[in-house]
Amino acid sequence: MPAAPAARQTWQKRSSVSVAWKLRPGSAAARRSALTIATVSQLASDDATRRRPISDLAIRNMFIIPTIAFLIVFNIFPLLYSLYYSFTDFRASTNAAGSFVGLQNYRELLADPLVWSNFTITATYVLVSVTGQVLVGFGMAMLLNRDIPGKGLLTTLLLLPMMLSMSVVGLFWRLLYDPSFGVINHALGLGSFEWLADPQVALYAVAITDIWMWSPFVMLLSLAGLSAVPKHLYEAAAIDRAGPVYTFFRITLPLVAPILMIAIIFRTMEAFKTFDLAYILTSQPTAELISIRLFRMAFQEWQTGRSCALAYIMLIVVLAVTNIYVKYLNKVKER
Amino acid sequence: MKRQGLRAALLGLTILAASSTSSIAAELTILWAEWDPANYLQELVNKYEKETGVKVTVETTPWADFQTKAFTEFNSQGDAYDLVVGDSQWLGAGSTAGHYVDLTDFFNENKLSEVMAPATVAAYSEYPQKSGKYWAVPLEGDAVGWSYRKDWFEDPKEKAAFQAKYGYPLAPPKDWRQLRDTAEFFHRPDEKRYGVAIYTDNSYDAMAMGFENALFSFGGDLGDPVSYKVDGYINSDKAVAALDAYRDLYRFTPPGWAKSFFVENNQAMAEGLTAMSMNYFAFFPALLNTSSNPNAKVTGFFANPAGPGGDRFAALGGQGISIVSYSKNQEEALKFLKWFIRDETQKQWAALGGYTCSKAVLQSAEFQNATPYNRAFYETMFTVKDFWAVPEYAELLQQLNQRLYPAIVGDGKVSSKDVLNSLASDWEGTFRKYGRLQ
Repeated sequence: MPAAPAARQTWQKRSSVSVAWKLRPGSAAARRSALTIATVSQLASDDATRRRPISDLAIRNMFIIPTIAFLIVFNIFPLLYSLYYSFTDFRASTNAAGSFVGLQNYRELLADPLVWSNFTITATYVLVSVTGQVLVGFGMAMLLNRDIPGKGLLTTLLLLPMMLSMSVVGLFWRLLYDPSFGVINHALGLGSFEWLADPQVALYAVAITDIWMWSPFVMLLSLAGLSAVPKHLYEAAAIDRAGPVYTFFRITLPLVAPILMIAIIFRTMEAFKTFDLAYILTSQPTAELISIRLFRMAFQEWQTGRSCALAYIMLIVVLAVTNIYVKYLNKVKER
Repeated sequence: MKRQGLRAALLGLTILAASSTSSIAAELTILWAEWDPANYLQELVNKYEKETGVKVTVETTPWADFQTKAFTEFNSQGDAYDLVVGDSQWLGAGSTAGHYVDLTDFFNENKLSEVMAPATVAAYSEYPQKSGKYWAVPLEGDAVGWSYRKDWFEDPKEKAAFQAKYGYPLAPPKDWRQLRDTAEFFHRPDEKRYGVAIYTDNSYDAMAMGFENALFSFGGDLGDPVSYKVDGYINSDKAVAALDAYRDLYRFTPPGWAKSFFVENNQAMAEGLTAMSMNYFAFFPALLNTSSNPNAKVTGFFANPAGPGGDRFAALGGQGISIVSYSKNQEEALKFLKWFIRDETQKQWAALGGYTCSKAVLQSAEFQNATPYNRAFYETMFTVKDFWAVPEYAELLQQLNQRLYPAIVGDGKVSSKDVLNSLASDWEGTFRKYGRLQ
């Protein structure tokens, strides 16, 4: 309650001053009043000293230190600790400390055909999923980038899928894909087609669900890019009698490309790490993404050291792919 | 006066501290999976609280997270749980890693090897096998059994058609040949009716539990539990014939039956989708409940059929209850176990719906006639076998899933012999890695 003394001081100051005006000079009452005024002035001066504004450095530290501490405790430390574990045979299910095994975990993982198979499956999934999202998302953005009635409501509705939980999406798409009563087979007239039980199709079924869920994200970013394209360029193209295809490839796409690349980077990273959607939708080994393999290794088999090594291999792959994208993005920006 | 006041204050503080300590000790927490038996156990332990004043809470977690949650707590040496009703496969990991308290003395003092059904002692309590070391008290006996549509089986037209086609009467299958024939007979995709629901999920142990019913009944085995030799066991001719039979059965499941476990298999019965369904006995109470199964009145039950040689075994489910070695209430937990193994408590446990492992209760007519499936359960509990319980069981399970799932659910191009040869090779590699096999 720091405001109370300050308010009291202000009130005392005001009342003392108002009384002092009415007193005779030199009288005892006037002397007491003068003393009171002096005291109040001193208090006000002290108050001002206490209220000195916090320095920029202090504010900066107030924001940065907790963030740095948080990052170190929850990000950097686990990252380094798991790096150490990746060189050991530690198993979290036992109380025994792991022994240092050098690069053995990395060697074994990179020689394991199952892990390579998981990486191949993941790469296929990323390619199909991200390509689909870009095509559908950008297509939707093109459609919405014109004056249509109810555009705001339509945009909001289209954004709904990406706001849902992955688990919820997985569970209801399982129902949609159901061979007996699923809406998809009914709508497409596919009879009892087994989307999730067919080893050749299961991965694409997961990718279709991911496309449905995340195309709105690409649409949103593309829409922002499209609305930033200067209108006069289209007017100039129209004057020059440029066709829609020419306009799209020469004006629209180059100008939207940087923001589209950012969407692709985000979606590639996320698709590479997909776990819940694939885990809920299907058990097919042909749809076992690398993150599912990692989960099983870490939390079902309790091969902690080995799974840490696999996590680092995944991190390196994601970093490498992202780096390629970023370099390409910079090139696109320079054009 | 001052000194007296100080003494009084100290005395008060001491009493307060003592009372608060005893109130902490008078509470026990049991971790179990989220399913009906856990609710029955909570009802049972409420009686314990009334008798002793010790509050016992059964904390549950979904099956999918059960192992992860339990071991995460064990690994951090946390004392959140005093007791855990752990899966039988956890015995090796729980005992060798020091997570479970050794209950050998408790077991011997109370002669639990004689009190409980032998198969449950071997599977839920003893590790290593035949070592005489016990780590859990059998709590929930369980095994895989079958439910079927009585009305379909008793339909005179169906009976006549079946007799004409197969040359013997339509009835709950007594062997795997009959099981296959019956599944084939009722498999009518055009009518949206299918033959059988079996376990196919490869996330945890569903696939292993399903296949084991065929494997053990066909006379096959996982391996030698003493020498850990698997070549010649898991890939024997009997094991190959068992896998062929299980793969064959998959042809008569509903479409898309590629990720099914206990929930889906009960659903198959509730939705009138299949003629027969494989499931743990612990999930059968839901099939007799008309609110969860509209076909409850026409649902029957039978034990796992025999193999071609007449052997009759089933995959073991169920769990034992262990004291967590990081618990601060171990003495109180031991007192609770002492109460739990009493005959009277075991009868109450069975009456509430729990599957007691007490031999005396299981053999009583009262228990066997209590539900339509208790007799089948009783018969099964003396012919059960389990998966490996070694600490690396999860790796073995994962390897089995990787080999069997594509063979059963996939395109079926690889022969059962090749599949099981590969599995034997995987398992031998794992046993060598952990120094069990030279």
